[in-house]
Amino acid sequence: MSQHSAGAAGHGHGHHEEHEDHGSLKAYVIGFIISIVLTVIPLLVVFQTSMNKTGVIITIITMAVIQLIVQLFFFMHIREGEGPKYNVMALIVGLFIVVVIVAGSVWIMSFNSVVQ
Amino acid sequence: MYASIKSFASSFFVTGDPLIYGADVSIALTSIAILFVLFYFKKWGWLWREWLTTVDHKKIGIMYLIASLLMLFRGGVDALLMRTQLALPNVHFLQADHYNEVFTTHGTIMILFMAMPMMFGLFNMVVPLQIGARDVAYPFLNSVSFWLFLFGAMLFNISFVIGGSPDAGWLSYPPLSELSGSSGVGENFYIWGIQISGIGSLATGINFIVTILKMRAPGMKFMKMPMFTWSVFSSSIIIIFAFPILTVTLALLFIDRYMGGHLFTMDGGGFPMMYINLIWMWGHPEVYIVVLPAFGIFSEIVATFSRKRIFGYKSMVFALMSISILSFFTWVHHFFTMGSGADVNVAFAIATMAIGIPTGAKVFNWLFTMFRGRIRLEQPMMWTLAFIPCFVVGGATGVMLAVAPADYQYHNSYFLIAHFHQVLIGGVVFGYLAGIYYWWPKLFGFKLNERLGKYAFWLWNIGFYVCFMPQYALGFMGMTRRVYTYGWDMGWGPLNLVSTIGAFLMGIGFVFQVWQILYSVKYGERDKTGDPWNARTLEWSIPSPPPMYNFAVVPVVDERDPFWEEKERRNFAPAEPVPVAKLEPIHMPRNSGIPFIFAACWFVAGFGFVFGWNWMAFTGLAGVGISLLVRSFTYDTDYYVPLEEVIETEKAAGRAV
Amino acid sequence: MQHAIDNGHSQHAAGSHDHGHHDQESMKVLGFWIFLVTDCLLFGTLFATYVVLKGHVDGGPTGKELFEIPGFVAETFILLTSSFTSGLAVLAMNKGKVNQLIGWLIVTAVLGASFVGLEINEFVNMVNEGAKISTSAFLTAFFTLVGTHGLHVSVGLIWMIGLMVQLKMRGITPVTRRKITVISLYWHFLDVVWIFLFTIVYLMGVM
Repeated sequence: MSQHSAGAAGHGHGHHEEHEDHGSLKAYVIGFIISIVLTVIPLLVVFQTSMNKTGVIITIITMAVIQLIVQLFFFMHIREGEGPKYNVMALIVGLFIVVVIVAGSVWIMSFNSVVQ
Repeated sequence: MYASIKSFASSFFVTGDPLIYGADVSIALTSIAILFVLFYFKKWGWLWREWLTTVDHKKIGIMYLIASLLMLFRGGVDALLMRTQLALPNVHFLQADHYNEVFTTHGTIMILFMAMPMMFGLFNMVVPLQIGARDVAYPFLNSVSFWLFLFGAMLFNISFVIGGSPDAGWLSYPPLSELSGSSGVGENFYIWGIQISGIGSLATGINFIVTILKMRAPGMKFMKMPMFTWSVFSSSIIIIFAFPILTVTLALLFIDRYMGGHLFTMDGGGFPMMYINLIWMWGHPEVYIVVLPAFGIFSEIVATFSRKRIFGYKSMVFALMSISILSFFTWVHHFFTMGSGADVNVAFAIATMAIGIPTGAKVFNWLFTMFRGRIRLEQPMMWTLAFIPCFVVGGATGVMLAVAPADYQYHNSYFLIAHFHQVLIGGVVFGYLAGIYYWWPKLFGFKLNERLGKYAFWLWNIGFYVCFMPQYALGFMGMTRRVYTYGWDMGWGPLNLVSTIGAFLMGIGFVFQVWQILYSVKYGERDKTGDPWNARTLEWSIPSPPPMYNFAVVPVVDERDPFWEEKERRNFAPAEPVPVAKLEPIHMPRNSGIPFIFAACWFVAGFGFVFGWNWMAFTGLAGVGISLLVRSFTYDTDYYVPLEEVIETEKAAGRAV
Repeated sequence: MQHAIDNGHSQHAAGSHDHGHHDQESMKVLGFWIFLVTDCLLFGTLFATYVVLKGHVDGGPTGKELFEIPGFVAETFILLTSSFTSGLAVLAMNKGKVNQLIGWLIVTAVLGASFVGLEINEFVNMVNEGAKISTSAFLTAFFTLVGTHGLHVSVGLIWMIGLMVQLKMRGITPVTRRKITVISLYWHFLDVVWIFLFTIVYLMGVM
């Protein structure tokens, strides 16, 4: 909807709703605590356990991804806001392409270890 | 003192080549002439108020268009220099190192400083009008983008006379582009020229995505958007995902050159192929960035000049969106010969061929739109018709190149050169030219002369095939790209001569177009109606050229091709009075000088980095930061156009108020 | 095609300036989100380079020899806490408390500055040990990736100070509200990027 046309939809509210829009103290505290836990687990896994290397890597990357999701929900409030979630769609496609870039590069460039 | 100045000047300016002295003189004369005109007619204030500080998308679009035509001239001269050098065996018109510079700047300028700005010009000139908006989502950012592009392009172009041009190919592959292979400043110019304009391109991508998502006229649902707007949307999606990769890749190359890094060097554990992997992650999507808007232009033109709805609207949209995603999965086909292994090559070969499917669907849709239409052969339609066979051949040779094992034979040969020129000229340039002919009357209020345009059209088209068809054969005969000369014994002489003749025919075609523009400014057919082509979309419902605020009243849309449907309704019930809408003051953004100064500071910073003068580089960066802070503290950024002014403008354009 | 005459337009003329602003400001937040996505791509490309070049140490020092565990663990928790406090700043803003908002921003900025300080300290130590950006491909990739993140944090600090001044001058308006929303998104984003630096560069480096 254009700023100039100011259609009827999505205009029936003032700033009242925005108070809920940006989460509550409780949400931030929960997010913070979960994030701390998700940071401590990888530290313990890397320094305190005798898991094999692949297992450790899978665990810590999983923890990082979970923390990403936690912060998206608890700190960055991706659920909130009015209208279609264009930001979330952009983010999903963007993250997908990041995975393509990183995994693709590793896959394509691994020829070097074979050739050398 | 004198001696030190002299030695500085001889390394700072490019010396020793008569061609470049000639260029020095012509640049100096042109600059003096421009300054003289500005002083003599006291146009400084006008230039600053109306153009340099403008945030109006139409004016920004026009500036993009002018800049891109200048760059087309520069890149075209490079092309003719190359073709002259290659016309006959053993020619020594250009030296080897000069030839390297010419093919490098030709490629870089044509893609980044010609095609991109011409595309952004069309985005700016058309999209807001087509979706019934009064400007883009972020007019200030739009102006920032333009000035970043222009200063980046200027930085790249001054390398011709100051410091020396880049000469490591249009994508600057390391290790050649590293300090070990190119110790001069040319590669630095390459990096910073593209980097600065690339930031602008990224911002434009964001700007148009949000414009299309948020600024559409009420009622214009996604599936009611014009095809050109869809193509801009899909192209902008690719821009926002591809350009950050380019930014990083060039920054990494610069870190190698400036800070002694070893990312892509031959020593220190560097890995040059990683650069090639990264640059093509941007580079392949880039060709879809420039070609998708051309597809959108053809879709508009085919529908208008066949007087039919576009055939298969939904499949067109689906094709655009699937191309924009698929384009990220094909980059390895540019370096199949790296030998990454059968599995990698097969995967990327299949992905590459898969792109042919949605593209083919689009070609059939254009053909079916024309089928049983009432076709008018005006200039935009002629370019569209010329595009279809040209692009089909270019696409077919593309699929040939996509066959990974066969690519080992074609790689870096003239076959490849012919292929990508066929899709880039036949697809992109023909498309943009068609778009310029189509929307010119809307932006300037007059049509471009038909007769001169037809000469230009035939010169371009005949010239194109004469130039590039022989190059396919030359590729099979073993001629590789970037050779600066060849012997009589190779047997490449006759075909190269033919090819050169074709290149000059296209050059003459361009001269005709310049003449056509100048002639039409004076004698062109004026457009009083606002709808010279009997077209279908919203931009034709307003006067040409459009008033500053575009739409006096924001239209409400309830179908595709809304303006066409409106005209049909009126024809059906002519007695019904045209509803007169109530006018109101209009909310518009204010002009600002910050974008110009901001981009100029980037130019200073870039120039400093090019020569390794840190004092200058960091002064420029400080200027960049200060400009941003000043903008952040500016709160008075928009205003209302008073009602009386709106009424007067509408009356002057002959509209009922 | 008809013309929008009544549909909310008269409302506009009636001087509901806030509505225009509200729409414009929310549009700017969307644009900033998309910018953050492009920044994701930027870091993604740097990560790709780092991961590919990680083993290219060219006989020089490896991550295992260089990374100091207390340093990067401290950086991690400092940045995480600053992300939390920038969220508290937004909460204060929503309650309309300017001074509390500025207070939390100051806490955030101080934490951010100590993060940057620790990182500079880490870099200086590495260079003193002979691990320079020009030592090997691995180290070039490392300094570039971590340095780019540090640069983002530093730019954010300057920006945050500018916004505090604006808050002092103008209080909480729709425009400053949007600006604070945007910088808090930026700050959270930088913490999210750091999680992956922490995991992929540091933890996997010392393994």
